[in-house]
Amino acid sequence: MAEPLLQVRGLEVHFPIRSAMLRRRIGTVRAVDGVDLEVARGETLALVGESGCGKTTTGKSILRLIEPTGGSIRFAGEEIARHPPARLAPFRRRMQIVFQDPYASLNPRMTVGGILAAPFEIHRIGDAKDRAERVAALLRTVGLPPEAARRYPHEFSGGQRQRIGIARALALEPELVIGDEPVSALDVSIQAQIINLMKRLQAELGLAYIMISHNLAVVSHVADRVAVMYLGRVVETAPREALFFDARHPYTQALLSAVPEPVPGRRRARQVPQGDVPSPANPPPGCHFHPRCPLAIARCAQEAPAPRIVAPGHAVACHLVSP
Amino acid sequence: MSAAVSAPEGQLARVWQRFRRHRLALAGAFVVALLMASALFASVFAPQDPTLLDTSLRFVPPFTDWRYPLGTDELGRDTLSRLLHGGQVSLTVGLVAMVTTVLTGALIGIAAGYLGGIADTLLMRFVDTMLCFPQVFLLLVVAAFVPPTLLSISLVIGLTSWMEVSRIVRAEILHLKEQDFVAAARALGASRTRIMVRELLPNAAAPILVAATLKVASAVLMESYISYLGYGVQPPLASWGNMLTNAQGYFDTVPWLAILPGAAITLTVMGFNFLGDGLRDALDPRLRMDP
Repeated sequence: MAEPLLQVRGLEVHFPIRSAMLRRRIGTVRAVDGVDLEVARGETLALVGESGCGKTTTGKSILRLIEPTGGSIRFAGEEIARHPPARLAPFRRRMQIVFQDPYASLNPRMTVGGILAAPFEIHRIGDAKDRAERVAALLRTVGLPPEAARRYPHEFSGGQRQRIGIARALALEPELVIGDEPVSALDVSIQAQIINLMKRLQAELGLAYIMISHNLAVVSHVADRVAVMYLGRVVETAPREALFFDARHPYTQALLSAVPEPVPGRRRARQVPQGDVPSPANPPPGCHFHPRCPLAIARCAQEAPAPRIVAPGHAVACHLVSP
Repeated sequence: MSAAVSAPEGQLARVWQRFRRHRLALAGAFVVALLMASALFASVFAPQDPTLLDTSLRFVPPFTDWRYPLGTDELGRDTLSRLLHGGQVSLTVGLVAMVTTVLTGALIGIAAGYLGGIADTLLMRFVDTMLCFPQVFLLLVVAAFVPPTLLSISLVIGLTSWMEVSRIVRAEILHLKEQDFVAAARALGASRTRIMVRELLPNAAAPILVAATLKVASAVLMESYISYLGYGVQPPLASWGNMLTNAQGYFDTVPWLAILPGAAITLTVMGFNFLGDGLRDALDPRLRMDP
């Protein structure tokens, strides 16, 4: 396999918990606790998991919007996890993000034209006239009229705003776009439009996507490969078909069984894990899933399982899975 | 699949609509406009030279002599002319002090709010320290060392009253900086300065504008305090504060000498305060009608 566009190894984002008065460190939230990911050029990796499992933090720390506390992020072969801001600048052009909430991600005091011209101003690309042309071209690319540039974000609907957010992410012609639940705040009828737009842009521009989502229906539609996260760790990574039809990790199986089944009777009964997701401030020892796992054995409580390859491109972090 | 775009709707128009419903604010705006006009054209409207002495015409009561519509003071100077010119002084001080306050307060508030950490701690503890001293004492201490001119008085007032503004701005920035549009700017590689000036500042404009209006009122009041105490605007230049000082000795016999500048101060302060309240209501993002 050729060198991946993005290779993440052992990524950690730990937040200190400090006491109210003396600001002493009294604990750690392990939001991301040793995540390995790879994204090839032009492919879509979906990152799925429940709320609070660390998938958004993983995405934002890859972009260094949240500082990782450990691990390695290699983009196109270069280690960027500890680059100072100045050396990070060229990578800002190559990795972008589309946010979940299209109402919060556009500055309400800037016109759409101002929002879309900002990437060019920041990177000193072109003059005013040239930038205006680029903005118009971006708007056309995402299916909005060029006149939209003169308007303010509040004059647009959620779906239109998300198109503007996508246009901004594309302005600098990135190679990787991280979609942080890009459609979950939209009406279902609009979700399909935005997903199709993103797929079309991927085909036209050769983009790689990391799609962060909790919606497995969306994932099954867009992903080439899927990584499942639980409590700060990736428990299973697999090509889309393998994940949906041959999930090996007990957590993945439980997650899939929770999806409403469009073809009745095809899959076995729901498996609902017992209890709640433990707090990432106090994760269970060994495999994070063991207190809720129906199959847990004694070893699961002592030793964190390393990912093992069960098929080409299919890795599972579970003691009970044999290759 | 080109999506339809709604017609542009003026944000300003909606602000004005809400402002108009606020009767007191309209009255305040009217008073402020009137004061500004009278101060701007003081030398045109003033019937006399405000410093012209005529000891043969001392203590003329108001509305008795058409040459001195509001009477004369203890040195026979025309009260109306002195009020008009005093207004010029008061409003100049008020506006210059307000600009100083807002610039200092916004700068410190944005820096503390956005940079956070040690910068925030240091700046906010400095604010706390400044707030420990009663403003009048700060003013008097500084005024004792700095020769009183219009500019120095304004700067001194401005530099001792920015703390509230910096707290308001900091609170606003703390809320704003967590928004995704700031994260988007960082993802694009925007510098801290660009984020503070281009992304955050315009979003904090409404509370800054409101604070600015209210600060004019308090600066006018401050100017009259220190002029009244003799450290501010120096005679023969008229200011409402020093007119009050001069009137002090005659309060039981010729009360209008104190009442007129007192009323001018009250009217100005109320005018700006109502205007500020109205602006706050009109600009309050929680009442904003967009989705």
